[in-house]
Parts: sequence; C-alpha cells; structure tokens
Amino acid sequence: MSTKNWPLWEVFVRSKNGLEHRHFGSLHAADADMALENARDVYTRRNEGVSIWVVESKNITASNPEHNGEMFEPAQDKVYRHPTFYDLPDEVKHM
Amino acid sequence: MSPERKATIMSEEQIKNLEKQFEERIARDEKIEPKDWMPEKYRKTHIRQMSQHAHSEIVGMLPEGNWITRAPSLRRKVALLAKVQDEAGHGLYLYSATETLGISRDEMYEQLHTGKAKYSSIFNYPTITWADMGAIGWLVDGAAIINQVPLCNTSYGPYARAMIRVCKEESFHQRQGFEIMLKLSNGTPEQKEMAQDALNRWWWPALMMLGPTDAESVHTEQSMKWKLKRKSNDDLRQQFIDQTVPQADILGLTIPDPDLKWNEERGSYDFGEINWDEFWQVVKGHGPCNKERMKARVGAWERGEWVRDAAMAYAEKSQERKKKQVI
Repeated sequence: MSTKNWPLWEVFVRSKNGLEHRHFGSLHAADADMALENARDVYTRRNEGVSIWVVESKNITASNPEHNGEMFEPAQDKVYRHPTFYDLPDEVKHM
Repeated sequence: MSPERKATIMSEEQIKNLEKQFEERIARDEKIEPKDWMPEKYRKTHIRQMSQHAHSEIVGMLPEGNWITRAPSLRRKVALLAKVQDEAGHGLYLYSATETLGISRDEMYEQLHTGKAKYSSIFNYPTITWADMGAIGWLVDGAAIINQVPLCNTSYGPYARAMIRVCKEESFHQRQGFEIMLKLSNGTPEQKEMAQDALNRWWWPALMMLGPTDAESVHTEQSMKWKLKRKSNDDLRQQFIDQTVPQADILGLTIPDPDLKWNEERGSYDFGEINWDEFWQVVKGHGPCNKERMKARVGAWERGEWVRDAAMAYAEKSQERKKKQVI
C-alpha cells in the first residue's frame, strides 16, 4: 500500500499570447515540476497552449454558492454603473 | 459546513424544496457546478456513470496496446500510439471531473480493480489481427462518438467540459480506423478477408455497446431528466446503424446480419436480433478477456507502486531542502 497519495493540482493554460490563462482541469502529481510535465501531456497534446500554471488545489479559496445572495446580489440594482442608464439626446451619436 | 453535510440535517420539506429548485435549474439548461447543492441521487448517479466512463477509457487502451509494437508501418504506429495516449488523457479528464463530486481517485481505482465498478463490455473482446485496429477505430469509436456527443450538453458542468474536449479529439480515432479498413479492403484478397473477418467479429459487440434495449434499461428516465442522456439506447443504436451501413458499402464489406434491410417507410435500416445473453455474460465477467484485462490493469497499478512512492518521497525531500535554504 502506498504511504501517501499524490496531491491534486489545478491546471491553467494560456492558449496563445494575448489571452489569459484559463482553467483546463486538474490532475495528480507528486510535486509542482511533475504537475507541469503531466499537464503538458494531459492538456496540451495538440498545441492547446503556450504557457501553463499549476497550483495545488488545496491552496484555492472558493466562494460558497450558498452565499451567492449576499455575495453577488448587491451588484444587481446598480444600473447606474452601466452606460445605458444615462439619457442623452439622439444627436449625440457616439459616446 | 459542506453543502452535503448540511443536507443531512435539513428537514424533509426543505430537501424537497431544494430538489424542486434543482430540477427547475436543469430544465432551464443551467449547469450544475461542484459546490452547488445537489440531490444525493444525482451525485451518486454521476459518480457511477462518470467513473465507468473513465474506467472504459483506461481499460480501452489494453486491446489496442496489444498492436503498437506490431503496427505494419511507422505511419500506423505513430497514429495508434497517439490514439492510445488520447485514451489515457480522456480517462484522466474524466477521473478528475468525477473527483469534483467528492470521491477520491484511489476509491475509483479500488472499485475498478475489485470489480465493483464496470467498464464498457466491448473491451473484453480480443484483438487478434491488425484489422481489429481498423474495426475498433471505425466501429467502437464510432459508437462511442454517438454516445458522447450528446453528453457535451449534459447538466453537470465538469462532465460536459470534459466531454467537449474528448469529442474534439475522438474524430481522428474513427478516421484512422476507417483508413485502416479501407487500405485492407482495397488490398490483396487475404487482406480484404482479414477486414471482413474483423467486421464480422466487432459488428454485434459494437451494437451492444450502445446499451440494453429501452425496455431493459433501468436508468433511462431519470438520466434523460438530468440530461445525462439525450436519446434512448435504441435511438442511438439506430443512428449508428444508419450511418455505418453506407460506410461498409464504401469499403465493399458485408455487415454480418442477414436481416439487415432498408425500410423505406421508416427511412432507417431494419436489423436482426441482438444476442443479449452474450452481452449480459460479458457484463457479468464471463467475456473472452475480462480476466486478462483486469490482470493487466491491476498488475500495472501494483508494479507502479514503488515509482509513485519514490516520487512522493523525492517531492517531500526537495520541499524540506527548500525550507532549510530559506532559513
């Protein structure tokens, strides 16, 4: 029996320069170097990326969907944060 | 407190209410993500189906791995190698997607290795000639694609995302298989015979791969609701037959079913009786290669144990060393 299981890592890939790193999935690896190598083989077999980030899953703090109300609802009634809230005469074409 | 722990101390009415909201979200085509509340049955059904799917990808490497060293040319060899590597990748996408439901990778391996979890019964058939590599790509991957494409829209986000990636990669698998069949069919009489023999052996198992008939299928109704399934097994099978028969014609090969006949009225092919006894025998572990496949899989896992342990020990040691340097 193995003494210890390989930890879980989250993989983020930049598909090309100019784009952000995006979450691609996860994998198990003994350490960060191995996680990078495995991510290369698992997630970029067809030129899907030019850069990879790996982070051990336990280091990610996530918001709880049960608290989505207090977390995200305050933004919903603030229509004045959007340009369409403001009345302008039609003569003003592009603003 | 995690959502699932909280569920255990909620009243029945609260749970009913949550379940109703949950079903409504799915009906609206909203995706369910790992930390969202979900009914226990949804979680369990997904763990079962997704892990079986992952196991199928992993065990599916074995019948083809058999031919990598004996591929007839370098072109065929690199293609087969890439296909088998994709299957390993697909297994890994699916295992990690399943882990988001709260089951560990080790538990899943344990279930596969002890026979508690199933994998697709098709991989319990032997690959005895090179033409089997063609027939598997053409028919087995063909049937898999038909099964998998609707899953790209399934309700569980991580599963849907994994399936999109799988489906993108899968079409090369089918094309490389068909090309092998085409080459053999246009070759010497012996080569054509070899292709026909492979079709004869893989046709019926490929039809069975799409699952028991609707009347026998126990999970269909619930799975349809959760979009784990968009079409019934019989509909998928008909779709597979209708699209594959013309491809066999192009190859100049004969589908081994005397009852196969175009039905003008239905706009589909009628086909013969499937031997479901054989299907259930293979599912229950009595197929030609069930034991061999599990022996190979468990053996690989056990022989790799020292490597996994050594990698972990090395990782911990390097970590320690780094800490000391900082001080």
